[in-house]
Amino acid sequence: MRTPRFLFAPMRTFFALMVAAALAITGLLAPPASAQDVPTPPNENWSFDGIFGTPDLAAAQRGFQVYSEVCSTCHAIHQMHFRDLTGLGFNDAQVKAIASTFTVPQGLDDSGQPKEGPGMPANQFRSPFPNEKAARAAMNGAYPPDLSLIINAREGGANYVYGILTGYADAPTGFTMQDAMNYNRYFPGHQIAMPQPLQDGKVTYTDGTPNTVDQMARDVATFLYWTSNPETTERKQMGIRVILFLVLLTGVTYAVKRKIWSDVH
Amino acid sequence: MAGLHKSDIPNPVLNWIDSRLPIITMMQKEYGVFPTPRNFNYFWNFGALAMVTLIILILTGIFLAMSYQPNTTLAFDSVQHIMRDVNYGWLIRYVHQNGASMFFIVTYIHIFRGMYYGSYKAPRELLWILGVVILLLMMATAFMGYVLPWGQMSYWGATVITNLFSAFPGVGKYIVTLLWGGFSVDQPTLNRFYSLHYLLPFVLVGVVFLHVAALHIVGSNNPLGIEPRGPQDTLPFHPYYTAKDSVGVCVFLIVWAAFVFFAPNMLGDPNNFVEANPLQTPADIVPEWYFLPYYAVLRSVPNKLLGVLMMFGSLLVLLVLPWLDTSRVRSARFRPTYRWLILVWVLSFVVLGICGAHKPEGIWVILSRIAALYYFAHFLVIMPILGKLERPLPLPESITQAVTGRPLESH
Repeated sequence: MRTPRFLFAPMRTFFALMVAAALAITGLLAPPASAQDVPTPPNENWSFDGIFGTPDLAAAQRGFQVYSEVCSTCHAIHQMHFRDLTGLGFNDAQVKAIASTFTVPQGLDDSGQPKEGPGMPANQFRSPFPNEKAARAAMNGAYPPDLSLIINAREGGANYVYGILTGYADAPTGFTMQDAMNYNRYFPGHQIAMPQPLQDGKVTYTDGTPNTVDQMARDVATFLYWTSNPETTERKQMGIRVILFLVLLTGVTYAVKRKIWSDVH
Repeated sequence: MAGLHKSDIPNPVLNWIDSRLPIITMMQKEYGVFPTPRNFNYFWNFGALAMVTLIILILTGIFLAMSYQPNTTLAFDSVQHIMRDVNYGWLIRYVHQNGASMFFIVTYIHIFRGMYYGSYKAPRELLWILGVVILLLMMATAFMGYVLPWGQMSYWGATVITNLFSAFPGVGKYIVTLLWGGFSVDQPTLNRFYSLHYLLPFVLVGVVFLHVAALHIVGSNNPLGIEPRGPQDTLPFHPYYTAKDSVGVCVFLIVWAAFVFFAPNMLGDPNNFVEANPLQTPADIVPEWYFLPYYAVLRSVPNKLLGVLMMFGSLLVLLVLPWLDTSRVRSARFRPTYRWLILVWVLSFVVLGICGAHKPEGIWVILSRIAALYYFAHFLVIMPILGKLERPLPLPESITQAVTGRPLESH
């Protein structure tokens, strides 16, 4: 079924063109279209990088502590429930205990008034503000975004969040700042409404990890990666098994195909 | 018993059924002994791959629909509910989401194969036209499916694309109102897009059935582009091509799985992880990658109406391709000039795709205009003229002669 090799030359060229085009696309798409005022985030190593990488649960638990003690004052993670914390390595009793330290809305009482009480594993994390308007009123017009999906919702992912948290600096001379804004090396436009949230020693880790800004930023980015992609560990482990199975199946199928076609060639 | 079909099936139960409704005989004829040219290369896998993709998309879609809420206040969170709380919801959704991209990759290669080997030429014009209809239906379905998660890019993509219809003089704004079900993209839009996103795949199945039916009347083309001369030129579809297609399906599933498990959001846009907000326009509104070439055609024209017409024209021109190509020879293997120009056309399509991902300024405008010019010139000028001027290489006597008349290569 083979024709002379020279006839295949265009096909080879085609594949070469496609590879070149793919490379070109990867290269050209990488920087966003308006690259001039969108800084490139730092490029850090993350536990969840790569095919085998899964979130470092100890770091994510510390990041949860940072979120609870610092970020949650202004930022919601409304996609998350306390029960999801089992995915961070907490057992049921621990989740129950953690949930009970939060006060959450519990519907209406018998007289029809909104009721609050200690959280249960089935409850959602409580949002710090009743709605966007209330948040803007309290926050000088700025709206602290929900962080449940922040890693997926920003170009650069965890690197972006880490960059913002560690990117506070004095504005360069000649850079005009608006009122109540803060200079940040990695925020698009460099003016961010959020004041620097982390300072060295802001939280006290129970496992003795140094509580530097860098460490806390790294931990909370790991935690937020997990809130964005809680299925990561299960997904990658399943993926490795699925791909191995499919490779094996391809081998078997190809052998069968060769056998069937052996009388034609 | 005059009305009964005479069935050869030995099993009495199957024979009883087959005598009254000869589906087993039909499957045997169309997928069992169906005579298929013996010289397919792996490009001939892609029709089967598209079929497999369509089936998987429909199955995963049915399960997604069980948990999805087509309501502007609930849609975004219901997708996250699927991702987090539904058993294996993340798997079903990622298979479906990446499946749309896989469908386009596979279909684009399938179309390229048809163009390279001249599979659209007589007597396969209607087969080709049905294929173009499938492409258009796919695009409509994919576009509406992308709106359903109700992220920022869903909302603004829907706004930009539906607004294109407003370019048509007179009727334009009525069409847009009809598409929206109101005066902006809102609840009625989401509801009707959901309804149509569930309906159109089944329309697709219908047109795919016609596409396959037409194929089984005229028979498959092959890399040589010459018709089989007799039984020595063909093989029964089963087991030869069922086996060969299975190899392709396995390799294809590896690629698909690699996206699903290791880079599920690589082909998506971060903005779609932000819930739709009609008051906040994203910095860049970019369609999904498979629409970028047409988006670039649209933006390469300074006039909106002309741009919209060119964009639709870039797809509709495919419908008349069988008559634009004046060459008597099907396969580009025997067309020394065309076989390079078709690759230039592919290049123009890829360049348009890259331009579509960038803001239309500076070099990107110039590049997209050059590429769009070639895209159309290839169909409207080069193909009709080249078919007359080009001197094709001599065609082989028959498929078997071409296959066995020369030294065999190891497979």
